[in-house]
Amino acid sequence: MENDKVITAHELTKKFGHFIAVDHISFDVHKGEIFGFLGANGAGKTTAMRMLCGLSLPSSGKASVAGFDVYKQNEQIKKNIGYMSQKFSLYEDLTIGENIDFYAGIYGLSNKQIKEKKNDLLNRLKISGQEKTLVRDLPLGWKQKLAFSIAIIHNPAIVFLDEPTGGVDPITRREFWSLIYEASAGGITAFVTTHYMDEAEYCNRVSVMVDGRIEALDTPANLMKNFSTDSMNGVFLQLARKALRSE
Amino acid sequence: MQSVIVENIIKNYRTKKETVEALKGISFSVDKGEIFGLIGPDGAGKTSIFRILTTLLLADSGAATVDGFDVVKDYKKIRNRVGYMPGRFSLYQDLSVQENLEFFAAIFNTTIRENYNLIKDIYQQIEPFKTRKAGQLSGGMKQKLALSCALIHKPSVLFLDEPTTGVDAVSRKEFWEMLHRLKMEGITILVSTPYMDEASLCDRVALMQKGVIMTINTPAGIISGFKKPIWAMRSSEMYRLMNAVKEDETVESCFPFGQYQHIVFKNPGNDEQRLQEIARKGNFTQVEIQSIRPNIEDCFMALMQQ
Repeated sequence: MENDKVITAHELTKKFGHFIAVDHISFDVHKGEIFGFLGANGAGKTTAMRMLCGLSLPSSGKASVAGFDVYKQNEQIKKNIGYMSQKFSLYEDLTIGENIDFYAGIYGLSNKQIKEKKNDLLNRLKISGQEKTLVRDLPLGWKQKLAFSIAIIHNPAIVFLDEPTGGVDPITRREFWSLIYEASAGGITAFVTTHYMDEAEYCNRVSVMVDGRIEALDTPANLMKNFSTDSMNGVFLQLARKALRSE
Repeated sequence: MQSVIVENIIKNYRTKKETVEALKGISFSVDKGEIFGLIGPDGAGKTSIFRILTTLLLADSGAATVDGFDVVKDYKKIRNRVGYMPGRFSLYQDLSVQENLEFFAAIFNTTIRENYNLIKDIYQQIEPFKTRKAGQLSGGMKQKLALSCALIHKPSVLFLDEPTTGVDAVSRKEFWEMLHRLKMEGITILVSTPYMDEASLCDRVALMQKGVIMTINTPAGIISGFKKPIWAMRSSEMYRLMNAVKEDETVESCFPFGQYQHIVFKNPGNDEQRLQEIARKGNFTQVEIQSIRPNIEDCFMALMQQ
């Protein structure tokens, strides 16, 4: 099922001078999959993610995202992915409605589409009528749910989520994951980094990066079995302890 | 003896448009040599408490002492004897690692050598980079330097505001091992964290949300306060299972935890049969059901819903 692959990476490498930040990583991610991308601070996750998002050119190796080549078609990649991180997502001094208009506009949706999508999004999040609320005045959990919904407003093939749930309460964290599951059921692939190891277990498959390389890649159940432990935390500790480099 | 006493502290932040109630009458105390955790999400009020106790912010009402000194009247004495590591990196970015440490030692009238044994384990890891500017360090190294600077005068009470946020699981584990070594030196530690699993590493914890302490106890005490039976259930289709369980009207709560759903019934009794019934009706496969002990996060979510 070659065309079922939304991301393919083959021997993907990024060097900064003599430092090999990402060291020949190879993996595929399938349509609708929730793919956990784990690693210690400094393992190379952010650098790898930046290459896949079309923001940084690889030093060598091959990769395609949503069918586009990371070397030659990075502008098309940007149009066909969504991105959300805890650190940056929405404009605080714009209203909910203005943020939706802004992002949907950037992704090239028509005015008619924007209107439809906006209503749909507000209904789904049960915040109809709050369009004129400034994002600054929303609780953190709502901001993150809104940011995720906006990141997939153009129905991208894949959404990159970089530590999306930091700082939120445990119930909101779970509501957020329900949104990821819904998106995945609708065919959107989710590529997620997190420091919460229980969240790693929500993923269909998980990769663990150590010192720029992918040291393990499998379903959470198989990883736990292979590392003879009953949690992803156990898997992570065994793998990441081998790391020679820190940030 | 109690190192920290907080009595009915209220703190509001006022802007032209609105008033944010950051702390709604908070009381707790920390014993000498204890590791006390403030556990809660953003907006719980953790940082406001730290800033009031380190005399950087005045409460609207209530009282607090640190090491027996009043946070308002005796603020200078408190500043001499506590160490504070804020959530945001607050060292001098344009001084080197060594210069920062020397600066803090000088301010507190001490030298690096005098208390070197206290910071040795931590500082040795960044010593190879001691001529590098602090602003050019990685996150993990900044954290180690900030802790070294907070410890250089051998404080009696150490305040750590979310020291492990955004830090990977391995570094978090190492950081907590370090805190337990400092406890052995007799230092009282007040530490905040949004990671519920770190509660079990504290002697006692306060579970906080929106300016209120929901409960204070030892980790074991909090867990034994969870009165209803709790069940873990899994199947090959987890998301569909969660929705099926939530649709059942006798279910009080159902939350995913890794590979399992944790389930509590409104009126316990025949719980296992009821779960098997849900599994049968929905034609779920590879079903596994077991009675479990709740963890701190189960307790936190149950308290949130009260």
